[in-house]
Amino acid sequence: MSSASFDVASIRSQFPILSQVRNGKPLVYLDNGATTQKPQCVIDAVSRFYSEQNANIHRGAYALSVEATDLYDQARASVANFINAGDSREVIFTRGTTESVNLVAATWGRENIAAGSEILLTVMEHHANIVPWQRLAESVGTTLKVVDITSDGALDLEQFEHLLSDRTRLAAFTHVSNVLGTTNPVKQLVQMAKAQGAVTLIDGAQAVAHGPVDVRDIDCDFYVFSGHKLFAPDGIGILYGRAELLDAMPPYQLGGDMIELVSFEKTTFRSAPDRFEAGTPHISGAIGLAAAIDWLGGLDHRAVAAHEAALLEHASHELQDIDGLRINGTAPGKQSVISFTLDCAHPHDIATILDSANVAVRAGHHCAQPLMKRLGASSTARASFSIYNTVEEVANLCAAVRNVVKLFG
Amino acid sequence: MSEELSDLYQEIILGHNKRPRNEQVLDPYSYKAEGFNPLCGDRITVYATADGAGKLDRVTFVGEGCAISRASASIMTTQVEGRTISEINKRIGDVIAMLSQADEPEMDLAVEGDLAALAGVRKFPARIKCATLSWHALRSAIENRSDTER
Repeated sequence: MSSASFDVASIRSQFPILSQVRNGKPLVYLDNGATTQKPQCVIDAVSRFYSEQNANIHRGAYALSVEATDLYDQARASVANFINAGDSREVIFTRGTTESVNLVAATWGRENIAAGSEILLTVMEHHANIVPWQRLAESVGTTLKVVDITSDGALDLEQFEHLLSDRTRLAAFTHVSNVLGTTNPVKQLVQMAKAQGAVTLIDGAQAVAHGPVDVRDIDCDFYVFSGHKLFAPDGIGILYGRAELLDAMPPYQLGGDMIELVSFEKTTFRSAPDRFEAGTPHISGAIGLAAAIDWLGGLDHRAVAAHEAALLEHASHELQDIDGLRINGTAPGKQSVISFTLDCAHPHDIATILDSANVAVRAGHHCAQPLMKRLGASSTARASFSIYNTVEEVANLCAAVRNVVKLFG
Repeated sequence: MSEELSDLYQEIILGHNKRPRNEQVLDPYSYKAEGFNPLCGDRITVYATADGAGKLDRVTFVGEGCAISRASASIMTTQVEGRTISEINKRIGDVIAMLSQADEPEMDLAVEGDLAALAGVRKFPARIKCATLSWHALRSAIENRSDTER
Protein backbone atom coordinates (compact mmCIF):
# COMPACT_ATOMS: atom_id res chain seq x y z
CA MET A 1 0.00 0.00 0.00
CA SER A 2 2.91 2.35 0.46
CA SER A 3 4.82 3.73 -2.46
CA ALA A 4 8.32 5.09 -2.71
CA SER A 5 7.10 8.60 -2.02
CA PHE A 6 4.65 7.66 0.70
CA ASP A 7 5.67 5.87 3.86
CA VAL A 8 2.64 5.41 6.09
CA ALA A 9 4.76 4.18 9.02
CA SER A 10 6.77 7.37 9.00
CA ILE A 11 3.57 9.44 8.80
CA ARG A 12 2.08 7.53 11.73
CA SER A 13 5.17 8.04 13.84
CA GLN A 14 4.52 11.78 13.71
CA PHE A 15 1.12 11.40 15.38
CA PRO A 16 1.66 10.65 19.08
CA ILE A 17 -1.96 9.64 19.73
CA LEU A 18 -1.78 6.83 17.19
CA SER A 19 0.56 4.80 19.37
CA GLN A 20 -2.10 4.64 22.05
CA VAL A 21 -3.11 1.18 23.24
CA ARG A 22 -6.31 0.45 25.18
CA ASN A 23 -6.97 -2.92 26.79
CA GLY A 24 -4.08 -4.31 24.79
CA LYS A 25 -5.54 -3.12 21.50
CA PRO A 26 -4.00 -0.42 19.33
CA LEU A 27 -6.14 2.60 18.53
CA VAL A 28 -7.71 2.31 15.09
CA TYR A 29 -8.89 5.84 14.51
CA LEU A 30 -11.46 5.95 11.72
CA ASP A 31 -13.40 9.06 12.65
CA ASN A 32 -11.39 11.48 10.57
CA GLY A 33 -14.53 13.01 9.11
CA ALA A 34 -15.31 14.27 12.61
CA THR A 35 -11.81 15.46 13.36
CA THR A 36 -8.28 14.47 12.41
CA GLN A 37 -5.45 13.74 14.80
CA LYS A 38 -2.59 16.21 15.14
CA PRO A 39 1.03 15.66 14.13
CA GLN A 40 3.76 16.50 16.64
CA CYS A 41 4.83 19.56 14.62
CA VAL A 42 1.38 21.11 15.07
CA ILE A 43 1.35 20.31 18.78
CA ASP A 44 4.85 21.79 19.02
CA ALA A 45 3.91 24.95 17.15
CA VAL A 46 1.03 25.63 19.55
CA SER A 47 3.17 24.78 22.54
CA ARG A 48 6.06 26.93 21.29
CA PHE A 49 3.69 29.86 20.85
CA TYR A 50 2.62 29.73 24.48
CA SER A 51 6.09 28.99 25.84
CA GLU A 52 8.05 31.48 23.76
CA GLN A 53 5.94 33.78 21.60
CA ASN A 54 2.69 34.61 23.36
CA ALA A 55 1.48 38.21 23.26
CA ASN A 56 -1.63 39.88 21.97
CA ILE A 57 -1.48 40.95 18.36
CA HIS A 58 -1.91 44.32 16.66
CA ARG A 59 -1.39 46.34 19.79
CA GLY A 60 1.92 46.05 21.58
CA ALA A 61 4.80 48.35 20.94
CA TYR A 62 7.16 45.64 22.05
CA ALA A 63 9.08 42.87 20.35
CA LEU A 64 6.99 39.95 21.58
CA SER A 65 3.75 41.44 20.30
CA VAL A 66 5.34 42.30 16.98
CA GLU A 67 6.52 38.71 16.69
CA ALA A 68 3.09 37.28 17.56
CA THR A 69 1.49 39.64 15.03
CA ASP A 70 3.95 38.49 12.38
CA LEU A 71 3.19 34.86 13.09
CA TYR A 72 -0.53 35.50 12.87
CA ASP A 73 -0.16 37.40 9.61
CA GLN A 74 2.12 34.69 8.21
CA ALA A 75 -0.50 32.10 9.12
CA ARG A 76 -3.03 34.01 7.06
CA ALA A 77 -0.60 34.12 4.16
CA SER A 78 -0.03 30.35 4.48
CA VAL A 79 -3.75 29.71 4.29
CA ALA A 80 -4.10 32.05 1.30
CA ASN A 81 -1.32 30.17 -0.43
CA PHE A 82 -2.83 26.80 0.53
CA ILE A 83 -6.12 27.55 -1.22
CA ASN A 84 -4.51 29.77 -3.86
CA ALA A 85 -6.44 32.89 -2.85
CA GLY A 86 -5.40 35.97 -4.80
CA ASP A 87 -4.74 38.01 -1.67
CA SER A 88 -4.43 37.11 2.00
CA ARG A 89 -6.97 39.85 2.74
CA GLU A 90 -9.49 37.37 1.37
CA VAL A 91 -8.79 34.93 4.20
CA ILE A 92 -10.71 35.48 7.42
CA PHE A 93 -10.04 33.49 10.55
CA THR A 94 -13.18 32.15 12.22
CA ARG A 95 -13.90 29.48 14.81
CA GLY A 96 -14.65 26.94 12.11
CA THR A 97 -16.83 26.04 9.16
CA THR A 98 -20.02 26.64 11.11
CA GLU A 99 -19.05 30.15 12.11
CA SER A 100 -17.87 30.90 8.58
CA VAL A 101 -21.27 30.00 7.12
CA ASN A 102 -23.06 31.93 9.85
CA LEU A 103 -20.87 34.94 9.18
CA VAL A 104 -21.78 34.99 5.49
CA ALA A 105 -25.48 34.44 6.23
CA ALA A 106 -25.55 37.23 8.80
CA THR A 107 -23.65 39.78 6.69
CA TRP A 108 -23.72 39.16 2.96
CA GLY A 109 -26.96 37.21 3.29
CA ARG A 110 -28.80 39.91 5.25
CA GLU A 111 -27.79 42.56 2.72
CA ASN A 112 -28.30 40.62 -0.47
CA ILE A 113 -31.05 38.09 -0.04
CA ALA A 114 -34.52 39.56 -0.19
CA ALA A 115 -38.08 38.37 -0.44
CA GLY A 116 -38.84 36.58 -3.68
CA SER A 117 -35.30 35.35 -4.24
CA GLU A 118 -34.16 31.77 -3.79
CA ILE A 119 -31.33 29.92 -2.09
CA LEU A 120 -30.19 26.68 -3.67
CA LEU A 121 -28.86 23.93 -1.39
CA THR A 122 -28.32 20.20 -1.80
CA VAL A 123 -29.83 17.35 0.15
CA MET A 124 -26.34 16.20 1.18
CA GLU A 125 -25.54 19.33 3.18
CA HIS A 126 -24.34 19.29 6.78
CA HIS A 127 -26.72 21.12 9.15
CA ALA A 128 -24.16 23.95 9.27
CA ASN A 129 -24.87 24.67 5.61
CA ILE A 130 -28.63 24.35 5.98
CA VAL A 131 -29.83 25.95 9.18
CA PRO A 132 -28.20 29.42 8.80
CA TRP A 133 -29.82 29.71 5.34
CA GLN A 134 -33.12 28.39 6.54
CA ARG A 135 -33.20 30.96 9.33
CA LEU A 136 -32.30 33.72 6.89
CA ALA A 137 -34.91 32.52 4.41
CA GLU A 138 -37.60 32.52 7.10
CA SER A 139 -36.75 36.02 8.22
CA VAL A 140 -36.62 37.64 4.78
CA GLY A 141 -39.23 35.55 3.02
CA THR A 142 -37.19 33.59 0.51
CA THR A 143 -37.46 30.00 -0.58
CA LEU A 144 -34.93 27.20 -0.16
CA LYS A 145 -34.57 24.92 -3.16
CA VAL A 146 -32.94 21.56 -2.57
CA VAL A 147 -31.07 19.49 -5.15
CA ASP A 148 -31.45 15.73 -4.78
CA ILE A 149 -28.89 12.95 -5.18
CA THR A 150 -28.91 10.02 -7.58
CA SER A 151 -29.03 6.40 -6.41
CA ASP A 152 -25.24 6.13 -6.00
CA GLY A 153 -25.09 9.31 -3.92
CA ALA A 154 -23.85 11.68 -6.61
CA LEU A 155 -25.42 15.11 -6.88
CA ASP A 156 -28.19 15.26 -9.47
CA LEU A 157 -26.52 17.75 -11.82
CA GLU A 158 -29.48 18.02 -14.14
CA GLN A 159 -31.69 18.98 -11.25
CA PHE A 160 -29.05 21.40 -9.99
CA GLU A 161 -29.13 23.21 -13.30
CA HIS A 162 -32.91 22.98 -13.53
CA LEU A 163 -33.47 24.49 -10.07
CA LEU A 164 -31.17 27.42 -10.77
CA SER A 165 -32.87 30.50 -12.14
CA ASP A 166 -32.41 34.24 -12.21
CA ARG A 167 -34.16 34.25 -8.81
CA THR A 168 -31.31 32.22 -7.28
CA ARG A 169 -29.24 34.63 -5.19
CA LEU A 170 -27.04 31.98 -3.60
CA ALA A 171 -26.02 28.41 -4.33
CA ALA A 172 -24.42 26.83 -1.24
CA PHE A 173 -23.11 23.30 -1.51
CA THR A 174 -20.59 20.96 -0.03
CA HIS A 175 -17.35 20.07 -1.78
CA VAL A 176 -17.28 16.56 -0.26
CA SER A 177 -20.21 14.93 1.54
CA ASN A 178 -19.42 13.99 5.14
CA VAL A 179 -21.77 11.00 4.87
CA LEU A 180 -21.57 9.76 1.29
CA GLY A 181 -18.00 10.76 0.55
CA THR A 182 -19.27 12.15 -2.77
CA THR A 183 -16.94 14.71 -4.31
CA ASN A 184 -19.03 17.32 -6.05
CA PRO A 185 -17.84 18.81 -9.36
CA VAL A 186 -17.59 22.20 -7.68
CA LYS A 187 -16.05 24.03 -10.61
CA GLN A 188 -18.89 22.95 -12.88
CA LEU A 189 -21.49 23.81 -10.22
CA VAL A 190 -20.00 27.28 -9.81
CA GLN A 191 -20.13 27.80 -13.58
CA MET A 192 -23.78 26.82 -13.69
CA ALA A 193 -24.62 29.06 -10.74
CA LYS A 194 -22.70 32.00 -12.16
CA ALA A 195 -24.50 31.67 -15.47
CA GLN A 196 -27.65 32.54 -13.52
CA GLY A 197 -25.97 35.32 -11.57
CA ALA A 198 -25.94 33.43 -8.26
CA VAL A 199 -23.27 33.84 -5.61
CA THR A 200 -21.64 30.55 -4.54
CA LEU A 201 -20.51 29.26 -1.17
CA ILE A 202 -18.68 25.95 -0.87
CA ASP A 203 -18.44 23.96 2.35
CA GLY A 204 -14.94 22.56 2.12
CA ALA A 205 -14.82 21.01 5.59
CA GLN A 206 -14.47 17.46 4.27
CA ALA A 207 -12.40 18.33 1.23
CA VAL A 208 -9.32 20.21 2.41
CA ALA A 209 -7.59 17.25 4.06
CA HIS A 210 -7.86 15.12 0.94
CA GLY A 211 -6.23 17.18 -1.77
CA PRO A 212 -5.37 20.62 -3.03
CA VAL A 213 -8.11 23.22 -3.26
CA ASP A 214 -7.73 26.14 -5.64
CA VAL A 215 -10.42 28.73 -4.98
CA ARG A 216 -9.48 30.78 -8.02
CA ASP A 217 -9.67 27.80 -10.31
CA ILE A 218 -13.02 26.78 -8.78
CA ASP A 219 -13.98 30.45 -9.11
CA CYS A 220 -16.31 30.36 -6.09
CA ASP A 221 -17.29 33.46 -4.11
CA PHE A 222 -16.94 31.90 -0.64
CA TYR A 223 -15.10 28.78 0.50
CA VAL A 224 -15.25 27.68 4.15
CA PHE A 225 -13.46 25.04 6.20
CA SER A 226 -12.23 24.09 9.68
CA GLY A 227 -8.70 23.62 10.91
CA HIS A 228 -9.40 20.62 13.07
CA LYS A 229 -10.30 18.40 10.12
CA LEU A 230 -6.98 19.41 8.57
CA PHE A 231 -4.60 18.14 11.29
CA ALA A 232 -4.78 21.55 13.01
CA PRO A 233 -6.27 22.63 16.35
CA ASP A 234 -9.99 22.96 16.90
CA GLY A 235 -11.57 26.38 17.28
CA ILE A 236 -9.91 27.80 14.19
CA GLY A 237 -11.49 27.91 10.76
CA ILE A 238 -11.45 29.83 7.54
CA LEU A 239 -13.78 31.95 5.52
CA TYR A 240 -12.38 32.70 2.10
CA GLY A 241 -14.33 35.39 0.28
CA ARG A 242 -13.65 37.30 -2.89
CA ALA A 243 -12.35 40.74 -1.91
CA GLU A 244 -15.02 42.52 -3.90
CA LEU A 245 -17.75 40.81 -1.87
CA LEU A 246 -15.97 41.11 1.48
CA ASP A 247 -15.38 44.83 1.02
CA ALA A 248 -19.09 45.41 0.51
CA MET A 249 -20.16 43.30 3.51
CA PRO A 250 -21.16 44.82 6.85
CA PRO A 251 -19.28 43.71 9.98
CA TYR A 252 -20.26 40.50 11.77
CA GLN A 253 -19.32 40.90 15.42
CA LEU A 254 -18.41 44.30 16.77
CA GLY A 255 -15.64 45.29 19.13
CA GLY A 256 -11.92 45.75 19.28
CA ASP A 257 -9.53 45.14 16.38
CA MET A 258 -12.20 45.63 13.72
CA ILE A 259 -12.73 49.38 14.02
CA GLU A 260 -10.99 52.42 12.54
CA LEU A 261 -12.40 55.22 14.66
CA VAL A 262 -14.87 55.01 17.49
CA SER A 263 -16.80 57.88 19.00
CA PHE A 264 -20.18 57.86 20.68
CA GLU A 265 -21.57 59.56 17.59
CA LYS A 266 -20.20 57.21 14.97
CA THR A 267 -17.86 54.28 14.42
CA THR A 268 -16.07 53.41 11.22
CA PHE A 269 -14.82 49.92 10.46
CA ARG A 270 -11.63 48.52 9.05
CA SER A 271 -11.65 46.66 5.78
CA ALA A 272 -11.38 42.89 5.36
CA PRO A 273 -10.08 40.76 6.95
CA ASP A 274 -9.92 42.83 10.17
CA ARG A 275 -13.52 43.95 9.83
CA PHE A 276 -14.62 40.34 10.41
CA GLU A 277 -12.27 39.52 13.27
CA ALA A 278 -13.56 41.38 16.29
CA GLY A 279 -11.70 40.85 19.52
CA THR A 280 -8.55 38.87 20.19
CA PRO A 281 -8.54 35.99 17.69
CA HIS A 282 -7.44 32.39 18.22
CA ILE A 283 -3.78 33.24 17.60
CA SER A 284 -2.34 29.87 18.58
CA GLY A 285 -5.00 28.17 16.47
CA ALA A 286 -3.98 30.16 13.42
CA ILE A 287 -0.33 29.31 14.06
CA GLY A 288 -1.24 25.63 14.51
CA LEU A 289 -3.20 25.72 11.27
CA ALA A 290 -0.22 27.19 9.43
CA ALA A 291 1.98 24.44 10.89
CA ALA A 292 -0.47 21.79 9.64
CA ILE A 293 -0.51 23.37 6.19
CA ASP A 294 3.30 23.45 6.12
CA TRP A 295 3.37 19.82 7.18
CA LEU A 296 0.91 18.79 4.46
CA GLY A 297 2.89 20.81 1.95
CA GLY A 298 5.88 18.61 2.63
CA LEU A 299 4.01 15.52 1.49
CA ASP A 300 3.42 14.35 -2.04
CA HIS A 301 -0.30 15.01 -2.36
CA ARG A 302 -0.67 12.61 -5.26
CA ALA A 303 0.81 9.83 -3.17
CA VAL A 304 -1.47 10.75 -0.28
CA ALA A 305 -4.50 10.68 -2.56
CA ALA A 306 -3.43 7.33 -3.99
CA HIS A 307 -2.99 5.92 -0.48
CA GLU A 308 -6.44 7.08 0.61
CA ALA A 309 -8.04 5.83 -2.61
CA ALA A 310 -6.44 2.43 -2.11
CA LEU A 311 -7.72 2.27 1.49
CA LEU A 312 -11.19 3.25 0.32
CA GLU A 313 -11.26 0.64 -2.40
CA HIS A 314 -9.93 -2.08 -0.14
CA ALA A 315 -12.29 -1.27 2.72
CA SER A 316 -15.32 -0.95 0.43
CA HIS A 317 -14.54 -4.27 -1.14
CA GLU A 318 -14.02 -6.06 2.19
CA LEU A 319 -17.08 -4.54 3.84
CA GLN A 320 -19.35 -5.30 0.89
CA ASP A 321 -18.54 -8.95 1.44
CA ILE A 322 -20.28 -8.90 4.80
CA ASP A 323 -23.84 -10.21 4.81
CA GLY A 324 -26.51 -7.55 5.19
CA LEU A 325 -24.07 -4.64 4.97
CA ARG A 326 -25.07 -1.71 2.81
CA ILE A 327 -22.77 1.19 1.90
CA ASN A 328 -24.43 4.57 1.43
CA GLY A 329 -22.65 6.46 -1.30
CA THR A 330 -20.74 4.78 -4.10
CA ALA A 331 -20.33 7.65 -6.52
CA PRO A 332 -17.20 7.52 -8.69
CA GLY A 333 -14.38 9.71 -7.38
CA LYS A 334 -15.71 9.71 -3.82
CA GLN A 335 -13.42 10.45 -0.89
CA SER A 336 -12.40 7.91 1.74
CA VAL A 337 -15.61 7.99 3.76
CA ILE A 338 -17.73 4.86 4.14
CA SER A 339 -21.16 5.17 5.70
CA PHE A 340 -22.81 1.84 6.20
CA THR A 341 -25.69 0.07 7.85
CA LEU A 342 -26.21 -3.55 8.79
CA ASP A 343 -29.55 -5.32 8.50
CA CYS A 344 -29.02 -6.99 11.86
CA ALA A 345 -27.67 -4.18 14.04
CA HIS A 346 -28.24 -0.51 14.67
CA PRO A 347 -25.31 1.85 14.02
CA HIS A 348 -24.96 2.63 17.73
CA ASP A 349 -24.56 -1.01 18.56
CA ILE A 350 -22.05 -1.35 15.73
CA ALA A 351 -20.03 1.56 17.11
CA THR A 352 -20.06 0.17 20.66
CA ILE A 353 -18.83 -3.23 19.54
CA LEU A 354 -16.19 -1.65 17.31
CA ASP A 355 -15.12 0.51 20.24
CA SER A 356 -14.51 -2.58 22.31
CA ALA A 357 -11.98 -3.54 19.63
CA ASN A 358 -10.58 0.02 19.96
CA VAL A 359 -11.86 0.86 16.48
CA ALA A 360 -13.25 4.42 16.58
CA VAL A 361 -16.06 5.13 14.12
CA ARG A 362 -18.95 7.54 14.23
CA ALA A 363 -22.56 6.42 14.52
CA GLY A 364 -25.49 8.74 14.15
CA HIS A 365 -27.04 11.16 11.71
CA HIS A 366 -23.73 12.97 11.08
CA CYS A 367 -25.45 16.36 11.36
CA ALA A 368 -27.21 15.58 8.09
CA GLN A 369 -30.75 14.66 9.08
CA PRO A 370 -32.29 15.63 5.71
CA LEU A 371 -29.83 13.31 3.98
CA MET A 372 -30.60 10.52 6.47
CA LYS A 373 -34.27 10.93 5.66
CA ARG A 374 -33.46 10.81 1.95
CA LEU A 375 -31.51 7.59 2.52
CA GLY A 376 -34.35 6.14 4.56
CA ALA A 377 -32.15 5.66 7.61
CA SER A 378 -32.25 7.30 11.03
CA SER A 379 -28.52 6.89 11.31
CA THR A 380 -25.49 5.15 9.82
CA ALA A 381 -22.10 3.98 11.02
CA ARG A 382 -19.25 5.83 9.35
CA ALA A 383 -15.61 4.94 8.92
CA SER A 384 -13.63 7.85 7.51
CA PHE A 385 -10.01 7.34 6.57
CA SER A 386 -7.07 9.67 6.56
CA ILE A 387 -3.48 9.88 5.54
CA TYR A 388 -2.23 7.75 8.48
CA ASN A 389 -4.64 4.81 8.23
CA THR A 390 -3.39 1.44 7.08
CA VAL A 391 -4.54 -1.76 5.41
CA GLU A 392 -4.12 -3.52 8.76
CA GLU A 393 -6.57 -1.08 10.27
CA VAL A 394 -9.06 -1.85 7.52
CA ALA A 395 -8.68 -5.51 8.48
CA ASN A 396 -9.35 -4.63 12.14
CA LEU A 397 -12.44 -2.71 11.11
CA CYS A 398 -13.79 -5.57 9.02
CA ALA A 399 -13.08 -8.16 11.70
CA ALA A 400 -14.92 -6.05 14.25
CA VAL A 401 -17.90 -5.58 11.91
CA ARG A 402 -17.99 -9.35 11.38
CA ASN A 403 -18.16 -9.72 15.16
CA VAL A 404 -21.23 -7.50 15.17
CA VAL A 405 -22.87 -9.78 12.63
CA LYS A 406 -21.92 -12.82 14.70
CA LEU A 407 -23.54 -11.32 17.78
CA PHE A 408 -26.63 -9.83 16.18
CA GLY A 409 -27.13 -11.89 13.04
CA MET B 1 -15.48 -10.22 23.26
CA SER B 2 -14.82 -8.38 26.52
CA GLU B 3 -16.72 -9.24 29.67
CA GLU B 4 -18.23 -5.77 29.73
CA LEU B 5 -19.46 -6.14 26.19
CA SER B 6 -21.05 -9.54 26.90
CA ASP B 7 -22.65 -7.95 29.94
CA LEU B 8 -24.13 -5.24 27.75
CA TYR B 9 -25.36 -7.49 24.98
CA GLN B 10 -26.74 -10.35 27.05
CA GLU B 11 -29.14 -12.80 25.46
CA ILE B 12 -31.99 -11.11 27.32
CA ILE B 13 -31.19 -7.76 25.69
CA LEU B 14 -30.68 -9.27 22.25
CA GLY B 15 -33.95 -11.18 22.64
CA HIS B 16 -35.93 -8.08 23.56
CA ASN B 17 -34.31 -6.24 20.64
CA LYS B 18 -35.30 -8.92 18.15
CA ARG B 19 -38.72 -9.67 19.57
CA PRO B 20 -39.79 -6.68 21.63
CA ARG B 21 -42.87 -6.94 23.82
CA ASN B 22 -45.66 -4.45 23.16
CA GLU B 23 -44.18 -2.81 20.08
CA GLN B 24 -47.29 -1.23 18.61
CA VAL B 25 -49.28 1.97 18.38
CA LEU B 26 -52.12 2.26 20.90
CA ASP B 27 -55.23 3.96 19.61
CA PRO B 28 -57.01 5.26 21.54
CA TYR B 29 -54.50 6.03 24.23
CA SER B 30 -54.54 8.01 27.47
CA TYR B 31 -50.92 9.11 27.35
CA LYS B 32 -48.39 9.53 24.61
CA ALA B 33 -44.94 11.10 24.40
CA GLU B 34 -41.96 10.97 22.13
CA GLY B 35 -38.45 10.35 23.34
CA PHE B 36 -35.87 11.81 21.02
CA ASN B 37 -32.12 11.61 21.25
CA PRO B 38 -30.88 14.53 19.17
CA LEU B 39 -27.34 13.18 19.22
CA CYS B 40 -28.13 10.03 17.29
CA GLY B 41 -31.56 10.78 15.84
CA ASP B 42 -33.20 7.88 17.64
CA ARG B 43 -36.88 8.34 18.30
CA ILE B 44 -39.24 6.32 20.44
CA THR B 45 -42.93 7.00 20.99
CA VAL B 46 -44.50 5.61 24.14
CA TYR B 47 -48.26 5.06 24.49
CA ALA B 48 -50.24 4.15 27.59
CA THR B 49 -53.84 3.59 28.53
CA ALA B 50 -55.18 4.05 32.03
CA ASP B 51 -58.03 2.23 33.67
CA GLY B 52 -60.70 4.03 35.69
CA ALA B 53 -58.78 3.53 38.95
CA GLY B 54 -55.72 5.56 37.92
CA LYS B 55 -53.60 2.57 37.01
CA LEU B 56 -51.90 2.04 33.67
CA ASP B 57 -53.27 -1.06 32.06
CA ARG B 58 -51.28 -1.02 28.84
CA VAL B 59 -47.96 0.52 27.80
CA THR B 60 -46.55 0.18 24.30
CA PHE B 61 -43.84 1.76 22.18
CA VAL B 62 -42.86 2.21 18.57
CA GLY B 63 -39.79 3.77 17.05
CA GLU B 64 -36.36 3.62 15.67
CA GLY B 65 -33.50 2.79 17.95
CA CYS B 66 -30.52 0.69 18.87
CA ALA B 67 -30.67 -2.66 20.64
CA ILE B 68 -30.24 -1.01 24.03
CA SER B 69 -33.04 1.51 23.58
CA ARG B 70 -35.40 -1.06 22.08
CA ALA B 71 -34.71 -3.65 24.75
CA SER B 72 -35.11 -1.05 27.46
CA ALA B 73 -38.43 0.11 26.01
CA SER B 74 -39.62 -3.47 25.68
CA ILE B 75 -38.67 -4.31 29.27
CA MET B 76 -40.27 -1.10 30.47
CA THR B 77 -43.63 -2.01 28.95
CA THR B 78 -43.66 -5.22 31.00
CA GLN B 79 -42.74 -3.41 34.21
CA VAL B 80 -45.40 -0.79 34.59
CA GLU B 81 -48.70 -2.37 33.72
CA GLY B 82 -51.16 -2.49 36.58
CA ARG B 83 -49.31 0.09 38.66
CA THR B 84 -50.62 3.46 39.73
CA ILE B 85 -49.22 6.65 38.27
CA SER B 86 -47.36 7.50 41.45
CA GLU B 87 -45.90 4.01 41.68
CA ILE B 88 -44.77 4.32 38.10
CA ASN B 89 -43.21 7.71 38.66
CA LYS B 90 -41.22 6.27 41.55
CA ARG B 91 -40.26 3.30 39.44
CA ILE B 92 -39.06 5.49 36.57
CA GLY B 93 -36.90 7.47 38.98
CA ASP B 94 -35.40 4.30 40.46
CA VAL B 95 -34.64 2.77 37.09
CA ILE B 96 -33.08 5.94 35.65
CA ALA B 97 -30.95 6.23 38.80
CA MET B 98 -29.89 2.61 38.54
CA LEU B 99 -28.91 3.04 34.87
CA SER B 100 -27.14 6.36 35.12
CA GLN B 101 -25.49 6.67 38.51
CA ALA B 102 -21.98 5.49 39.06
CA ASP B 103 -22.60 4.30 42.64
CA GLU B 104 -23.75 0.81 43.34
CA PRO B 105 -27.48 0.74 42.60
CA GLU B 106 -29.92 0.82 45.50
CA MET B 107 -32.17 -1.44 43.51
CA ASP B 108 -31.84 -5.13 44.31
CA LEU B 109 -31.06 -6.37 40.84
CA ALA B 110 -31.34 -9.99 41.93
CA VAL B 111 -35.13 -9.67 42.03
CA GLU B 112 -35.49 -7.51 38.94
CA GLY B 113 -35.60 -10.14 36.23
CA ASP B 114 -35.01 -8.82 32.72
CA LEU B 115 -34.47 -5.28 33.97
CA ALA B 116 -31.26 -6.43 35.67
CA ALA B 117 -29.84 -7.23 32.23
CA LEU B 118 -29.92 -3.51 31.41
CA ALA B 119 -27.47 -2.77 34.21
CA GLY B 120 -24.60 -3.67 31.86
CA VAL B 121 -25.04 -0.25 30.26
CA ARG B 122 -23.60 1.36 33.40
CA LYS B 123 -20.12 0.53 32.09
CA PHE B 124 -20.85 2.32 28.78
CA PRO B 125 -21.35 6.03 29.48
CA ALA B 126 -22.00 6.72 25.78
CA ARG B 127 -24.97 4.35 25.85
CA ILE B 128 -26.77 5.29 29.06
CA LYS B 129 -29.04 7.71 27.20
CA CYS B 130 -30.12 4.88 24.92
CA ALA B 131 -31.25 2.89 27.93
CA THR B 132 -33.07 5.76 29.65
CA LEU B 133 -34.77 7.17 26.50
CA SER B 134 -38.06 5.27 26.81
CA TRP B 135 -38.26 5.77 30.58
CA HIS B 136 -37.93 9.53 30.14
CA ALA B 137 -40.58 9.36 27.41
CA LEU B 138 -42.99 7.51 29.68
CA ARG B 139 -42.40 10.08 32.39
CA SER B 140 -43.21 12.96 30.04
CA ALA B 141 -46.24 11.06 28.80
CA ILE B 142 -47.79 10.72 32.23
CA GLU B 143 -46.72 14.17 33.37
CA ASN B 144 -48.29 15.91 30.38
CA ARG B 145 -51.57 14.13 30.61
CA SER B 146 -53.63 17.18 29.67
CA ASP B 147 -51.52 17.77 26.57
CA THR B 148 -51.62 14.31 25.16
CA GLU B 149 -54.83 12.78 26.48
CA ARG B 150 -57.51 12.05 23.98
